[in-house]
Amino acid sequence: MTAADRPVGEKRTVRVEVDRDACCGSGNCVLTAPEVFTQDDADGLVLLLAAAPPVGNAELVRRAADLCPAGAIRVV
Amino acid sequence: MSAVEAELPLWPPVNPTRGPFAPLDEAERQRYVGPVRRVRLPTGAAAWLVTRHADVRRLLRHPAFSSDVNRPGFPLLRPLPPRLAEDNKGGFLQMDGAEHARLRRMLTAEFMIKNVRRIEPLIDRTVEESLDALAAAGPPADLVSTFALPLPSMVICHLLGVPYADHDFFQTRSRTLLDRGMPPERIQHDVGELRAYLRALIDAKRARPDGSDDLLGRLIRERVEPGELDVGELVGMALLLLIAGHETTANMIGLSVLLLTREPGRYAILRDDPDRTADLVEELLRYLSIVRTGLFRVATEDVEIGGRAIRAGEGVIVLIALANRDEEVFDDPDRFDPYRQAHQQVAFGFGVHQCIGQPLARAELRIALAALARRFPDLRVTAAPEELTTRDNSVVFGLDALPVTW
Repeated sequence: MTAADRPVGEKRTVRVEVDRDACCGSGNCVLTAPEVFTQDDADGLVLLLAAAPPVGNAELVRRAADLCPAGAIRVV
Repeated sequence: MSAVEAELPLWPPVNPTRGPFAPLDEAERQRYVGPVRRVRLPTGAAAWLVTRHADVRRLLRHPAFSSDVNRPGFPLLRPLPPRLAEDNKGGFLQMDGAEHARLRRMLTAEFMIKNVRRIEPLIDRTVEESLDALAAAGPPADLVSTFALPLPSMVICHLLGVPYADHDFFQTRSRTLLDRGMPPERIQHDVGELRAYLRALIDAKRARPDGSDDLLGRLIRERVEPGELDVGELVGMALLLLIAGHETTANMIGLSVLLLTREPGRYAILRDDPDRTADLVEELLRYLSIVRTGLFRVATEDVEIGGRAIRAGEGVIVLIALANRDEEVFDDPDRFDPYRQAHQQVAFGFGVHQCIGQPLARAELRIALAALARRFPDLRVTAAPEELTTRDNSVVFGLDALPVTW
């Protein structure tokens, strides 16, 4: 696959922010983008594995933000 | 009730001819799909019905909608039983804000994905044991009582530290609690029995601390003994987890098997293409959406949803089963498509109350269905879908029995 025909999101890097106060620990983000999000062993709330997710994860990060039931993920 | 409100369509409609796969039939859709419609409840009160995927998600994530059943205007399908304060303790499904977060967060680590992954061997073992019981019972056999119901009951008992030997006791009372046709006094009576049972279990665990590695043991050690959590609250949390942990998954397994075995190719996917099972489970969750009566909220401020002004104090009913059939989000939504990417389904709800046990439910469904198809590749249902008794009066839709042979 050449760079030109890759999906747009695949080429970009994004920055992601999480709000642990808003998080309800549903785990949707971990299910969607396990390379970017994890859950804290202590309280099950979201933790970022990478604030600037590896290239190739942008679409999944956006999807995780969309699926977060608590609106605790922001993609910038 | 005003004359105008008396004319409103009644929610929920009871219609046993609809069959197990349609949340509403065509005539009902004309009356209820809106996007935001006014309906009348069995109590005589009016409420808003919200059916579009985008509206459902926005509403359930909106801080101006409360889950507190005691707030004026909260939409009720039956009058609330006269409750003692003790009856409400720990029931965080009906709490808002900080009060809700305090209790839910004592459980989020328990049900997080990596913990559920750790208990997958337990689920595997329990599935195999349940399938042994199914093999011994038939053919023919009832899939619900020999497999679909025992499996999640055994798993949640093991996780909580509740003896599975007591399953008849808690299963029959759980079903009463979910039945809209039951009089409030009966509900109150059965809630009381379940709470007394769990209270005695927790008291016994406290009296003889054995360091047991189950959820109730951990919450007693880490929360109750240090004074962070009241025993009554733990009883309420245990009650919620026990009921939600077995009724929902049991009904999903029964309906899934009925749906998948209708076409031989569908059922075979589970065996021949196990990597697809996780996506298939998402589509089953979307298509079957067993919480069909809806999720109930009351507005605490004036909010506009789907072009309608909903006023503070008005009740809303959020139909996740119809949001999961929204053609704006899902192509040809009334078709079950085992190859669909259904990750936008909202069967577990949305907002901060979204099902805390969803990683467990997904794992149980995936493991149970794949193992069933491996061990019983020729399994078939011996009744037509119309012949099966469906739980039209239950908060959680499902089948009472599913006759199968192989």
